[in-house]
Amino acid sequence: MTHLTLNIRKKSLLYLLLLFGLLLTLFPFLWMISTSFKPENEIFQKTINLLPASFTFEHYLKLFKEINFGKHFINSLIVSLGITGFSVVINSMAAYAFAKIDFPQRNRLFLLLLITMMVPMQTTMIPSFYILKKMGLLNTFSGLIIPAGASVYGIFLIRQFMFSIPNSLIEAARIDGCSEWYIFWKIIIPLSRPILATITIFTFLSAWNEFLFPLIILREEAKYTLPLALATLNGQFNTDWGLLMAGSVVVIIPVIIVFLLVQKHYIKGLTAGSVKG
Amino acid sequence: MAQVQLKAVSKSYIPGALIINNASITVNDGEFMVLVGPSGSGKSTLLRMIAGLETITTGDILIEGKVVNKLHPKDRDIAMVFQDYALYPHMSVYDNMAFSLKSKNVSSSIIKKRVLEAAEILDLTPLLMRKPKALSGGQRQRVALGRAIVRQPKVFLFDEPLSNLDAKLRTQMRLELKRLHAFLKATIIYVTHDQTEAMTLGDKITVLNHGVIQQMNTPLNIYNHPTNQFVASFLGSPQINFFDSTIISQNHHLYISNNAWEIDMPEKFRSNFNNLQSPTKVMIGVRPEDIFEFDDGALKRPQFCFNATVDVVETLGAEVLCSLKSDVGPIQMRISDKKQVVSYSANINKTKRLTFDLDQMLMFDPETGNNLFSTATPC
Repeated sequence: MTHLTLNIRKKSLLYLLLLFGLLLTLFPFLWMISTSFKPENEIFQKTINLLPASFTFEHYLKLFKEINFGKHFINSLIVSLGITGFSVVINSMAAYAFAKIDFPQRNRLFLLLLITMMVPMQTTMIPSFYILKKMGLLNTFSGLIIPAGASVYGIFLIRQFMFSIPNSLIEAARIDGCSEWYIFWKIIIPLSRPILATITIFTFLSAWNEFLFPLIILREEAKYTLPLALATLNGQFNTDWGLLMAGSVVVIIPVIIVFLLVQKHYIKGLTAGSVKG
Repeated sequence: MAQVQLKAVSKSYIPGALIINNASITVNDGEFMVLVGPSGSGKSTLLRMIAGLETITTGDILIEGKVVNKLHPKDRDIAMVFQDYALYPHMSVYDNMAFSLKSKNVSSSIIKKRVLEAAEILDLTPLLMRKPKALSGGQRQRVALGRAIVRQPKVFLFDEPLSNLDAKLRTQMRLELKRLHAFLKATIIYVTHDQTEAMTLGDKITVLNHGVIQQMNTPLNIYNHPTNQFVASFLGSPQINFFDSTIISQNHHLYISNNAWEIDMPEKFRSNFNNLQSPTKVMIGVRPEDIFEFDDGALKRPQFCFNATVDVVETLGAEVLCSLKSDVGPIQMRISDKKQVVSYSANINKTKRLTFDLDQMLMFDPETGNNLFSTATPC
């Protein structure tokens, strides 16, 4: 057997495995979309039909007419964009300080920050609730946005990326007469775009899908975010699967849009620093 | 442009361990000063201290007579060109050059005028809209220069700006820098570890080693009258030859003696050894270009010779660098005679009779390394 044939066989096997993995991942997603367009009687058929026999938009119409999904969608958008914007700014500022500004005990302080990653969210939930209550931020979007402003994981990722920005650029800018603030906005932020895109996706995704914290903070149903509203579709005795799947499709759309918008930078961010620049 | 003065400047990161030790330098208005030394000698640290990127532990740095120790880099009115160019990769050449002026809110018409002028001087006009990644090494270096020029600073600082370029481009940029200095008449402080750059560019050279200034003078004075063995060995390629020798006084005659030769002490060195009681060790230094083959027929020739065997011959085209083995150790010889250059490699393993120019000989104290007859005029 020639080396070439062996190579082709190995590659075919690899692609076959990858194809299997792809189908395994893709199937629930396609099933969800398909179900959202199926009429009620078709959903519970014994045979598996990926394409609905007759298309219907009734679940989508019901979603926006009866349970005010549009309002929850906007709530989610406000909270998720708020958290994403706020945390990208705060995290990148903190990361710049930890990566590029020399101050006493910098590394120890950063280590201390890293240690907080080991504290589970459940342990800080009740103290956070009391703090927000004292601040009068319960049942407000600010109560969801402000606590999510700083993330140690985000600071860590951005800081590691910023290490790869040569110090000479910052020194050149200092000699050029720039203030630290100007250097941060004009040099550091544009050069950190790949990692900021990555952080944007991570943060947006987790904010968009967050269920527990909004459940604790938000009291009025009118202020519910999408995951909370989606949960209300799950009845105690029966579930409207068509409606639930339509809701799930609507929930996923913004995530896909955000990913498509920043995917180029996102890939760069994930591979940043892996090869010599 | 301005004068830069360093008065007894020292720097230490850990108490007691001095990186820069009591450095005093004066760079006159419009002068091109080169700080040269091996890696870790403190030359870049010294430059960064002048720029304000490093604090100083003791001493004073003065620009135009004003102490700038505590001033922020942006307030010192200096421009610096970095080893890695430090161009902002997300900006075009134009924006890179205009950046400092923009940050100072200079009007866009003045910015445009200055950038275009600098681009014209450096032949960058067709490249103004390109990003740094689309430029060659030499072009990037010119942009870095342009960025410094548009600021019209009092002092230019260069931190090994040519070390990332290939040999050909380095030579070309060296010429451009020389031309630029003549055109701008700027005060320049230039750091390099490359002795050729130091010799060709500098009006004055400061040689540093282990944070201590070894010598500060004109290139030729430093080359011909090095203050110590370190300076003699650092400048000159191939390196200067050193021969362990002894000075002996016999019947009111002074001789320099070693395993290979015994020669009369040249007139100019005698005065120091008139009262010599016992044999004294010295280190003789002879540049490779001052060693040549002994010619019996020459009318005016040195009265001594010694044997050496040709070991390695490196033909460089215009000259030959020859390594020889002798009783006084290895010898480096530079041959520029065109007739010899052509076929010198045929001499490998042959024994040659060599001699050297006694007037060019240097004599060092083997313990301190100091030149016993340093005649360089202070500058």
